[in-house]
Amino acid sequence: MAHSSNQKPIKIESNSFGSQFSKVIDKLGIIVVLIFLLILMSLLTDKFLTPMNLTNVVRQISFIALIAIGVTSIIITTGIDLSSGSVVGLTSVVVASAAHPGQFPLVVTILIGLSVGLVVGLINGFLVAYAKLPPFIATMGTWTTVRGLALLYSNGRPVNDLKDEFTYLGGGRFLGVPVPILVLIAVAILTHLLLTSTRLGRHVFAIGGNEQAAIIGGINVKIVKLAVYVYASTLAALSGLLLTGRIASGQSALGVGYELDAIAAAVIGGTSLTGGIGSIVGTISGALVIGVINNGMDLLNVNMYWQQIAKGMIIVIAVFLDSQKKKAK
Amino acid sequence: MRWFLPSPHNWGIGMNNDYILEMEHICKRFPGVIALDDVQLKVRRGTVHALMGENGAGKSTLMKILIGINKMDGGNIIFDGKEVQIQNTHFALKHGISMIFQELSPIPHMTVMENIYVGREQLSANRIFISKKQMAEDTANILKKLEMESINPKEKMVNLSVAKTQMVEICKAISYNSKLIIMDEPTSAISEKECDHLFKIVKQLTREGVSFIFITHKMDEVFKLADDITVFRDGKFICTELASNMNHHMLVEKMVGREITQMFPKEEVDIGDVYISFKNLTKKGLFENVSFDVRRGEIIGLAGLMGAGRTELMETIFGYRKLDSGEIYINNKKVTIKGPKDAIANKMALITEDRKLTGLYLPLSVKDNMIMPSLRRFSRGLLLQHRSIDKICNENRVNFDIKTPSINQIVNNLSGGNQQKVLIARWLMTDPEIIILDEPTRGIDVGSKSEIHKLISNLAKQGKCIIMISSEMPEVIGMSDQIVVMYKGTVKAIINRKNVTQELILENASGLET
Ligand SMILES: Nc1ncnc2c1ncn2[C@@H]1O[C@H](COP(=O)(O)OP(=O)(O)OP(=O)(O)O)[C@@H](O)[C@H]1O
Ligand SMILES: [Mg+2]
Repeated sequence: MAHSSNQKPIKIESNSFGSQFSKVIDKLGIIVVLIFLLILMSLLTDKFLTPMNLTNVVRQISFIALIAIGVTSIIITTGIDLSSGSVVGLTSVVVASAAHPGQFPLVVTILIGLSVGLVVGLINGFLVAYAKLPPFIATMGTWTTVRGLALLYSNGRPVNDLKDEFTYLGGGRFLGVPVPILVLIAVAILTHLLLTSTRLGRHVFAIGGNEQAAIIGGINVKIVKLAVYVYASTLAALSGLLLTGRIASGQSALGVGYELDAIAAAVIGGTSLTGGIGSIVGTISGALVIGVINNGMDLLNVNMYWQQIAKGMIIVIAVFLDSQKKKAK
Repeated sequence: MRWFLPSPHNWGIGMNNDYILEMEHICKRFPGVIALDDVQLKVRRGTVHALMGENGAGKSTLMKILIGINKMDGGNIIFDGKEVQIQNTHFALKHGISMIFQELSPIPHMTVMENIYVGREQLSANRIFISKKQMAEDTANILKKLEMESINPKEKMVNLSVAKTQMVEICKAISYNSKLIIMDEPTSAISEKECDHLFKIVKQLTREGVSFIFITHKMDEVFKLADDITVFRDGKFICTELASNMNHHMLVEKMVGREITQMFPKEEVDIGDVYISFKNLTKKGLFENVSFDVRRGEIIGLAGLMGAGRTELMETIFGYRKLDSGEIYINNKKVTIKGPKDAIANKMALITEDRKLTGLYLPLSVKDNMIMPSLRRFSRGLLLQHRSIDKICNENRVNFDIKTPSINQIVNNLSGGNQQKVLIARWLMTDPEIIILDEPTRGIDVGSKSEIHKLISNLAKQGKCIIMISSEMPEVIGMSDQIVVMYKGTVKAIINRKNVTQELILENASGLET
């Protein structure tokens, strides 16, 4: 037989430094893009890299990022949430009408605002997990219904005259940092831990990775899905509440289109629409990428229409690159 | 009056106590199919009970009822002396029944340990966070106990080979410390060595009082492992016997209801000229310098252990991956295959190993699955010729004896073996000259197996070139004209039908010097 004794066997599963390194790049790909953008923008305009402008960018994205964190968890279970923008609108008018001076203590006002999200989330979760509607259809239903409710509730008119305590939540600063940014940081850390280090979080991934296997493992898939939808809508309500404080007015049209921006942030950040993959670090980076591009183009006086076009192209390119990465394997 | 109340300790002493499980009068129907018709299954404690039957006999369905995935229409189940209503898998697992599934169910982007502990992740002292350290430790311990240290608990499932994925599934089932473990074709994806390993573990566990239900289509395994054998045919109970009272021949007859004369009906065929030849095919990390020829009418058996690179080699030849270097000649002409489309244009067909992953369109019908690559042949202008499609699909259903109520049935609802037949039918419809079959009879019952072998033999007789990957020694030896043995991505030996022995293949496959 023709073979030599010193034949080197081929290593089938490699664990070399190279593959470790590419794993890290894989995970942080979006961060590399972000750093590249930061450098590019600061070269193009000297107005970009100032503490004030950077704070501005982060505050601008914080409202979308909060929603994106919720929708990331949903997408990981192979779901989707189209209703979050409408939740922002309904929360805005409801919370504003409970935020007039001398009406309720601040805590109660906040709870009323969040409960809007809680209720919508319960409905979404019920429709998806128990009534077994496809998530796209279920949340498209609540998307228009909830927006309708917001208009009905406010008669389409803004709700003004809000107490200072409340507007502080959206417009104020704590230790020099805008409050929405602090809220975002807290929620991001909390959700990151929830997803990576608790049972509930791991069950979210398991369901998205292989629902059948999750059921066989004894996971209560319905409750986990319900929880995820409730969590996401509550975060959307939180976002609406902060935004209402920021503009010091309840507006039924607030948050139109936010659901798509949030989904875009998640997807740019590497969340897989087929489920089972996604991270909060990625989603926040995704939101920052969108924010930096918008801000940069503002500073460079690019007109609004071009900004729209650019955003659309970035989403497509991001997902394209991601799919190339998968194909290379 | 005390003596009227049976105390739980006396409960069930006598005959019943011998049984860990008694299922009686179980019925289950699906739309158009009676999957189980008043069947029974009684498993003695501490034994391995083989459940045998042809494809579609209802074995998996009964097991899914036992584990709580399917609901039975009627019947009763006594487990461990108590009548139970199994509501869901959670209930079954909690009461000591676990299962290794016929179709693997890994969660691809999670780690080995997360897969093993899915649904029962251990918490750390604060009761909030998962203790990854604990899980890694426990997983390492289980893997060590089962002598599978080569698997890293923190590796993601996607990165594991099919065999290792299967071993993880086995670990998972055992890790529940169950009283009864169901194994639905656990050995269909693992090599002989791993198989022996598994059997050793099973034997050891039965000594500790664990019982097993074992489903397989490999006859030798049954007699190696089983204490009792139950046979089903077409959803009906046929018999339960001690394995020692049965032999191979009787068992096959009970399963099939008729006699099978020849397992490997390999016909002597005049072998023609070299039709396709591979020269120094290399793909870094997978295989290196692979060369061999296939002549018209020749059946090449591709033997080797799991991970030898056989599947990867065939997938690359078919254009699913890109070659790093090497040449392919068909009819003495060099061809470049950039993708499966080129391969099909060169009259190749690849029947893949993993039905669900790379084979079937699961939510589509049997008909759609069969016709997909041959659509062009069945269209006139832009429109499909539905009548002729239906006709040919129905012919195929009869020819291949595919058990399905109609060709419009969703392929996901077919039993494993019948799904395989759909795939074979699909590729033969494209009228290929070079047919690559990757584990063509994995999960296929004896009856259909010999039919598929007959089919392969027939194709060879028509002058087609056949390359067949198989991990089943008797199949390789029985069917092949030449046997190419691979070891870690290289061709270790090419053995002629005349000289082949099981030992010779094994020695080369495990890289031993001869
Ligand atoms: N969900 C379902 N819907 C419709 N029919 C089904 C479904 N599941 C199983 N069947 C049918 O029930 C019968 C029994 O199938 P089952 O999977 O139990 O067979 P099996 O004995 O495990 O066969 P194999 O050896 O091929 O795995 C088959 O005819 C199959 O087509
Ligand atoms: Mg089966």
